[in-house]
Amino acid sequence: MYEGVVQDLIDELGRLPGVGPKSAQRLAFHLLQADAADVERLTAAITEVKAKVRFCEICGNVAEGQTCRICNDPRRDGSAICVVEEPKDVVAVERTREFRGRYHVLGGAISPLDGIGPDSLRFTELMSRLASGEVREVIIATDPNLEGEATAAYLARLLRSFEDVKVTRLASGLPVGGDLEYADEVTLGRAFEGRKTLT
Amino acid sequence: MHVRFLSVADFRSYEGADLALSPGVTTLVGLNGEGKTNLVEAIGYVATLSSHRVANDAPLVRFGAERATVRAAVVRDGRESVVELEITSGRANRARLNRSALTRPRDVLGTLRTVLFAPEDLALVKGDPSERRRFLDDLLVQRQPRWAAVRGDYDKIVKQRNALLKSAMPVLSRRGRRGGRRPDQAPVADEAASALHTLDVWNDHLAAVGGQLLYARLRLLRDLQPLLAEAYGQVSAADSEASAVYRSSLHEEAAAALAAGEVPEPDEVRGLILESLARVRDQEIERGVGLVGPHRDDVVLTLGELPAKGYASHGESWSFALALRLASYRLLRHDLGDDPVLILDDVFAELDVGRRDRLADMIADCEQVIITAAVGEDVPDALTGARFHVKHGTVTGEVA
Repeated sequence: MYEGVVQDLIDELGRLPGVGPKSAQRLAFHLLQADAADVERLTAAITEVKAKVRFCEICGNVAEGQTCRICNDPRRDGSAICVVEEPKDVVAVERTREFRGRYHVLGGAISPLDGIGPDSLRFTELMSRLASGEVREVIIATDPNLEGEATAAYLARLLRSFEDVKVTRLASGLPVGGDLEYADEVTLGRAFEGRKTLT
Repeated sequence: MHVRFLSVADFRSYEGADLALSPGVTTLVGLNGEGKTNLVEAIGYVATLSSHRVANDAPLVRFGAERATVRAAVVRDGRESVVELEITSGRANRARLNRSALTRPRDVLGTLRTVLFAPEDLALVKGDPSERRRFLDDLLVQRQPRWAAVRGDYDKIVKQRNALLKSAMPVLSRRGRRGGRRPDQAPVADEAASALHTLDVWNDHLAAVGGQLLYARLRLLRDLQPLLAEAYGQVSAADSEASAVYRSSLHEEAAAALAAGEVPEPDEVRGLILESLARVRDQEIERGVGLVGPHRDDVVLTLGELPAKGYASHGESWSFALALRLASYRLLRHDLGDDPVLILDDVFAELDVGRRDRLADMIADCEQVIITAAVGEDVPDALTGARFHVKHGTVTGEVA
């Protein structure tokens, strides 16, 4: 244990995801030794991000105004919505530059163990977006784990009532550039299930 | 296959020990508490990455040491592979196969296959249903490692679903015992409807993954059944036949069909689970806990007409547990076209002379058998082979 404020800092840093007690200690001492100006900039950035950044009223992505950059962009195709769990998944899909539609961020996945049910996710907002009738396809891009699959299945059920909306799910399979022999059985099994006809 | 060499460091009571083994029978003799079982536990660990005695790894590391290491050279079809495991309590193990590090330790599974009988196995006959479920599931994984993933997924689904039932119970029961209408077109705003909706989703998950598991268990039991009857008959030389019947938690008609030895197609199994879930829906909601699925099943072991649990004598139960392991051995041998390593921990002391001799006959043709005994004379003379004495965590050899 360190004295008062130092220990407070270590405890606070230790609450961040992926930071254990040892790393928290290292970060704390790094901050103690750093220039006052550097620390100033860091604190300013943290305060600012909390004050300025909000969640987009349409899609739930992070935004600096009422709506996010993507929802504001008129060049984006409004007939396709890609549903993801977290804002960071939007960034991941954006990196592909494959998708020109819009997004909907649910804010997590259904996980009763963590107390997350459908009512704590942004399903209602998605339904009202679909009610406008503009959307032709919903691409479900939740994580390929149990909770993500459950969320996808739940959403697919909800969307049954929209008969003219196509509902798709991202494929699971082999990583590109990888070796078949290194794939685990589950991934390889999924790849088999989702195989494509070539001729 | 056989183990040619075993070396442990900071494992259980051992600071370090090396053991050169050969095909055929090897007997480890030593008084109670001297460390015989620790050595066979190490061999079992190399095969399954888990101990047959404890659920977590902490006790495996010698008191005061940071990590334990186990190294084994396994010979199969004249080819030798060396498995090296580092066990650190509370952290992931590290594994090396033929000197190269593996990113996933579980990739060593399959290099060595063992069938281990230990006194703890008496619980297979006398213990809770969970013991028998674990027996089946462990054997499934030994046959095909991919079942480890299915089993892990299934456990998670059960946990999630139970959490849902528990948390949704007040919402759903408020709507009356019928649990409300089943919404196909869901207004999400309706709390109860959305809870039912979520339950449906987890039901589908449970049926899909649980269906695979149940189907695999049923097929396994079908394959194991004749081997079990044969092994028990050989050990005990008694008239009563040993059998194992699956007792399913599914609805009555389905459970009866499964108990009769029917193995439906995987899709049918899935349908049966869904049907059973629909039937107990109200009950599950009322009690806030899942009532149907492979995690609630059991295997009923019977001798002749009577259930072994409660009716069999101590000796009969012991022989039954032994027969289950011997049947597993023969099943794996048939699957692999190769002999797993058979390990008999302290088995002879509890058997009468007739059973000892018959067991000795049965295992005479196994490629490698490793036996532990407190008293060397308990092991029948027919089982000649290398003999080691274990005392105070040191092993000394003596070729009989």
